[in-house]
Amino acid sequence: MLDIFKDLVNWVSGPTVLFTVTTVGLLLAFRFTAVWSRTSAKVFFVVLAVFYVASMWDPNFFLIVAKPDNIPITGVIFLVFFFTWYAMHQGIENDRRREAGEAPHEKKEGYKVWVWPDLVYTEMLAMVLLSIVLLVWSILLAAPLEQPANPADSPNPSKAPWYFLGLQEMLVYFDPWLAGVVFPTLIIVGLMAIPYIDTNPKGNGYFTFRERKVEIVIFLYGFLILWSLLVISGTFLRGPNWNFFGPYEYWDVHRVEPLLNVNVSDFFWVKLLSQPLPSGGFFAALLREWLGLILVGAYVFVLPVVMSWPREKLPKGFRWLSLRKYYEKMGPARYYIGISLFLMMMSLPIKMYLRWAFNLKYIVAFPEIFFNI
Amino acid sequence: MLNRITGPLKAAWKEATDSQVWSSVFRHGKPVGDRNRALVMMSNVFLHLHPIKSRKAGIKLRYTWCMGGITFFLFLVLTFTGLLLMFYYRPTVEYAYADIVDLQEHVPLGIMRELHRWGAHAMVITVWLHMLRVFMTGSYKPPREFNWGIGVVLLVLTLLLSFTGYLLPWDQLAIWAITVGSNMARATPLLGTEGPLSASLTLGDINLINAGNDARFALLGAQSVGGSTLLRFYVLHCVGLPLIAAFLMAVHFWRVRKDGGISGPM
Repeated sequence: MLDIFKDLVNWVSGPTVLFTVTTVGLLLAFRFTAVWSRTSAKVFFVVLAVFYVASMWDPNFFLIVAKPDNIPITGVIFLVFFFTWYAMHQGIENDRRREAGEAPHEKKEGYKVWVWPDLVYTEMLAMVLLSIVLLVWSILLAAPLEQPANPADSPNPSKAPWYFLGLQEMLVYFDPWLAGVVFPTLIIVGLMAIPYIDTNPKGNGYFTFRERKVEIVIFLYGFLILWSLLVISGTFLRGPNWNFFGPYEYWDVHRVEPLLNVNVSDFFWVKLLSQPLPSGGFFAALLREWLGLILVGAYVFVLPVVMSWPREKLPKGFRWLSLRKYYEKMGPARYYIGISLFLMMMSLPIKMYLRWAFNLKYIVAFPEIFFNI
Repeated sequence: MLNRITGPLKAAWKEATDSQVWSSVFRHGKPVGDRNRALVMMSNVFLHLHPIKSRKAGIKLRYTWCMGGITFFLFLVLTFTGLLLMFYYRPTVEYAYADIVDLQEHVPLGIMRELHRWGAHAMVITVWLHMLRVFMTGSYKPPREFNWGIGVVLLVLTLLLSFTGYLLPWDQLAIWAITVGSNMARATPLLGTEGPLSASLTLGDINLINAGNDARFALLGAQSVGGSTLLRFYVLHCVGLPLIAAFLMAVHFWRVRKDGGISGPM
């Protein structure tokens, strides 16, 4: 019975299932906002805590979770869940208030108070409490120190610091020039661009969900799934050779996973036309990659334009793609920057599912000049 | 509570607070009553980061989660513990690891490294949560767009501070994490040896970009993580990045005030 449960958890934790389940779960939670209630939060945290504590009896689970440097990730799981819930809960409460014709909670307490003592005392209490937490944490748990550095002996797995594991996870799906350089830059630029792209004047200075649905769904999808989930799974579920291991699985260094990844060019030339890949020179390489180049070009350059068209202009079945409403509201500059950043963000899950479904490695591959997408 | 103390203690307290020393430090009476509550905020350089009055909703824990404040406090804790660590730590391949062992084994009250490391982890988390809160309350919206941008840079600086500090213990965990993290710089477009288009930067038939001068080399000061990387990261970690962060924090806090204080509904 216990083994069946453990096998099930291991299966659910696999990248394909975990990513799909959490994404669908998050979208459902946005659709059925009743789940952000106090009761469901209590149930959720009790289940999570029981799962966590009970799992400590499993030696493989304990080995990974109890590593000193992994303790903060346990903190991340509980804190990120709690504060996401807390923000959404207050937002939905305010939405309900709005519906009843009242102002948001924050407006009710719009009167001014003296910062001494009202704020200064809170700050002092926070400092005292945090100091206690840090001191106790530091006394109980020694900072990790492994063997002295040895450039000749690389550990398996070699992991970046935990907050960069989302980027390391991206390396599975993208080459380092994208996962390690271009995407991090775009994340930073994209975050800084948010206030200039988002022209919705509502929801400034109070929690809300309904008044800023699109912004919140996109941001929380990025924050929770594409960043936090990848950090968490990168810490707990990626073992030797960056292979996936379920939480109750032993990190076996010798486990071999066959890599049968193929490129779009292989699909077209080898599988479809049963021909060898064109080779020899610049133009042969272009010919080899023509389909991939068109696909990437269409995604990056054509799709944003097509999505700005009115619904009627799009063929049936594709009308849901139309973002005309936003194009008109935001104007061309904001629209194109915003949609480009959004499509870049979505390229990660798209590439993930292409990998899982078709073993796709590269859409465009010019290994000659390290230009692979 | 002080009002309930009587007898000689009260007399001593009165003596102390009436002295020239006391009144030279605190230019006003106890912060009770409107006048003194305003004066205390204005006459203290640390407290004057705050306004004198603030909207009740804006300073409630349920609204701010105190995350920005906690992050700043952690920065101060890290500066203080980091300073103490610098007394013992020498950033060279010969001594770095041994100094860390000494810190834990031989230095009295040897939890400074723990405080520093756990505090650093905590700071990364609190910065994330602060960003989550600011986003979820729409506090980046006008007039606070610029300050959100400063905040994003501070988030990146926090990650870089943590990243450069990760190398300093000079153990296996450290050098391999930095090796993995910095390998990606090799793939920088144009500026990394294994980056797209870098081979097109040539002068005649000489490649301008090679492993001895590309983006990764600039980061590491060598072709692999070694002594020069350790020194480089140490200087960045202890001097360069904290200075920039402190400078931007000043801008960040200043702008919170100038943009109308903690955000709230219009």
